[in-house]
Amino acid sequence: MPPAIEVRGAHKRFGSVRALSDVSLEIAEGEFFGLLGPNGAGKTTLISALAGLTRLDQGSLKVMGHDVVGAYQSARRSLGVVPQELVFDPFFSVRETLRIQSGYFGLRRNDVWIDSIIDRLELTDKADANMRSLSGGMKRRVLVAQALVHKPPVIILDEPTAGVDVELRQGLWSFVSELNRAGHTIVLTTHYLEEAESLCGRIAMLKQGRVVALDSTRNLLGGIPGLRLRLRLAPGYSPQCLPEGSSVAPGGRVILTLPTCADLEPLLARLRENGARVEEIEVLQADLEEAFVSIMSSH
Amino acid sequence: MNGFLTLLQKELLRFWKVSFQTVAAPVLTALLYLLIFSHVLESKLQVYPGVSYTAFLLPGLAMMSLLQNAFANSSSSLIQSKITGNLVFVLLTPLSPLQTYLAYVLAALVRGLVVGAGVLATAPVFTTLPVANPGWILLFAVLGGVLLASLGVLAGIWADKFDQLAAFQNFLIVPLTFLAGVFYSIHSLPPFWQQVSHLNPFFYLIDGFRYGFFGASDVPPGLAFAVVGTATLVLTTVTLRLFQSGYKLRG
Repeated sequence: MPPAIEVRGAHKRFGSVRALSDVSLEIAEGEFFGLLGPNGAGKTTLISALAGLTRLDQGSLKVMGHDVVGAYQSARRSLGVVPQELVFDPFFSVRETLRIQSGYFGLRRNDVWIDSIIDRLELTDKADANMRSLSGGMKRRVLVAQALVHKPPVIILDEPTAGVDVELRQGLWSFVSELNRAGHTIVLTTHYLEEAESLCGRIAMLKQGRVVALDSTRNLLGGIPGLRLRLRLAPGYSPQCLPEGSSVAPGGRVILTLPTCADLEPLLARLRENGARVEEIEVLQADLEEAFVSIMSSH
Repeated sequence: MNGFLTLLQKELLRFWKVSFQTVAAPVLTALLYLLIFSHVLESKLQVYPGVSYTAFLLPGLAMMSLLQNAFANSSSSLIQSKITGNLVFVLLTPLSPLQTYLAYVLAALVRGLVVGAGVLATAPVFTTLPVANPGWILLFAVLGGVLLASLGVLAGIWADKFDQLAAFQNFLIVPLTFLAGVFYSIHSLPPFWQQVSHLNPFFYLIDGFRYGFFGASDVPPGLAFAVVGTATLVLTTVTLRLFQSGYKLRG
């Protein structure tokens, strides 16, 4: 069985800017995959190339085994893309927009599925409203619906929750997770790392057009060195007794990272010697944000 | 095929939903030209023997409106979609470059034909318009619509902003249509300007179209067809190649 997405030696330049540099990765069918990186890392370029919106200078891309250039029609039928920008056609209503999008894929009698997506994305009240009259969040839902009208096995969401309220965000993730459980491969880019951490089984991190990390979310989190602690100290302690890099917040709260567990006892001893009394101590779980910062700063 | 029909239908709906602006307004503009020019010149000019100036003017105005609206439809649709970003919905689909090109051109042709027919439909109010050869009328109407629709696609792909498209329209399309013999026979021009007019493909469109009504023209209709047919073929090939290359559409 071919991978859902196969990227081989992808290179792309825009003038002097290197957007993609020898990017290779595979995403298996049914994965929930995260594509992370700072602005300008090449995430959107890679997605655009997969969708046929941008052409690579070198390398190959396949969606469900179909080359995105040589077999572009099969590749595009296999792919649903939710673009990053909030774009819409102001001439049409929500339902018309979805019928038109479905028709482009050769599905002219697709009302049952369209109604189902409208319902699932809570667009029923707005189904016959013109796109211009919708709020930003509603327009975002229509973009998601448009990507799903042809029931693609692979769905790419390019920062789908940017500027979206919490309720919609939760509803969207619940729907996307459901699609993933039903067998759809999901590729997600987002700047909300907690979303990627809770949803994605595997993550690739890009920086300046290169893949700098590609692993399961668990391994990425496990790879963070050190022991992260949150302490609450009684008033009157001297900040000089804290290890370098500690962050101090009002109320005696301190967050610090120790190289190993063995460094905990010497720290407590030093605090005692300096008259600092520990009122509370909590071991913090590593999160993806830490892993992200650590990986980005080491490359 | 279904994808192509959907894009065609969407492009037709796009102008039909704003038909006051895209159909009624250009018909009215052409009628205002007709009223003013025929009022001033009806008694002073007779271009072909036995043909009133108003009758002479009507086919020219109809063709001018057809050409300008065919151009406006495909060019404005593409530039709007490019600038607002919603062209992505077409580019993400399995539609081939040929299907996409044909849908834009056919929708623009339909708008051109509807506007042209709208102008001609007012003929009985102003004059008696003979029909000598309906085949030539239809042939030149379709060729003119396709030629200008293709030019509109070309301009829509090339232009990055509305200003560039407006320049294309105002400094190329409008002068070429106005100077194509809509209001006069080129035989009334000095020899130099007659020669210049022969370099304008729009002149052959209007002249051939008019031949279909009166059985008289400035150049033989066969020559007009050869020039217009060649121009349409060349422009269609160039525009289609651009679509296939992804120029300014797929970075």
